Amino acid sequence: MPARALIHMPPTAKPGEVIEIRALIAHPMETGFRPGNTGGVLPRDIIRNFVCKYNGVQVFAAELHPAMSANPYIAFQTLATESGALVFTWEGDNNFAQTETRTITVT
Amino acid sequence: MRRALLLFVVAVASWARADDARRSGFDFMSPGTQAMQRDDMQNPGMLWVQDGEALWNAKAGARDQSCASCHGDAATSMRGVAARYPAFDAAQGMPLTLGQRIDTCRQKHQGGTALAPESRELLSLEAFVALQSRGMPIAPPDDPRLRAFRERGRQWFEKRIGQLNFSCAQCHADNAGQRLGGSVIPEAHPTGYPIYRLEWQDMGSLQRRLRGCMSGVRAEPFPFGSIEMTELELYLARRAAGMRIETPAVRP
Repeated sequence: MPARALIHMPPTAKPGEVIEIRALIAHPMETGFRPGNTGGVLPRDIIRNFVCKYNGVQVFAAELHPAMSANPYIAFQTLATESGALVFTWEGDNNFAQTETRTITVT
Repeated sequence: MRRALLLFVVAVASWARADDARRSGFDFMSPGTQAMQRDDMQNPGMLWVQDGEALWNAKAGARDQSCASCHGDAATSMRGVAARYPAFDAAQGMPLTLGQRIDTCRQKHQGGTALAPESRELLSLEAFVALQSRGMPIAPPDDPRLRAFRERGRQWFEKRIGQLNFSCAQCHADNAGQRLGGSVIPEAHPTGYPIYRLEWQDMGSLQRRLRGCMSGVRAEPFPFGSIEMTELELYLARRAAGMRIETPAVRP
């Protein structure tokens, strides 16, 4: 079952308009420093990278680190240039990879 | 015009608050956490709601039925349901919490296996069902069969427990609004369960929250799904009667 993600962005925009995009994904973000129930350290399991591409062009990227909360929420802005697709990719430990696509119409 | 409308809304909201001295845990939170709860796109609880909606429509169990096969659209069939739980179940001769009701329905009508307490499936379904009552006042049923249970719940609330020898009421009724360590003590109104708690980094039920307080006063917590927990839930629902449901709430 793919991880759950919530992405909020306007479905339409004017050319040159600044749009806000908010992306929330379900992930435990286990730091790798916490002891588990048996006393051993829980292995690290975090998202390492987040990338947003707008019609193939990278418009936002972030590196994530162990101190970040579970279910990380990332909000950023970009310029609406042309109609097309925004592709969101999260990658992390244990071969975690999730891709979500949202379309925008610019008129 | 918009400004006048806003002023009117603010006036009504403050009037409603003045009328009722009780305050939800929401009112004690920082503006940042409040904003997180208000915005469904920021509220991590919505991830569970989204799951719950998928589970509602997914066929499961030996009978290959979904919740929707019987109940249809949750927006109409489940509206107000969470507001009246826990409720008495005649078949089992005891009150059931919303989670137990969902699980019973699942076993009886879908032929499914029991869902573990605090499992993602159960919390998701509970959050999805409770969301349908968001904004509605908590309306505990006036069922005479519930009276004895609710009364025992009140006794649990007022009974001193644990090595620290505290009752729920000593903090959450007598000293609500004061500070315990760095945190404000809320009034213990279960308005938004299941909640996304930042401390847990996870979703959790009212019973998980109650157990947290019990181990905090160094008492042995009641087990999940025990009748004592249901009794406490019944009393808390009566105490919060009329307050608005906020599910899925965010709490610090």
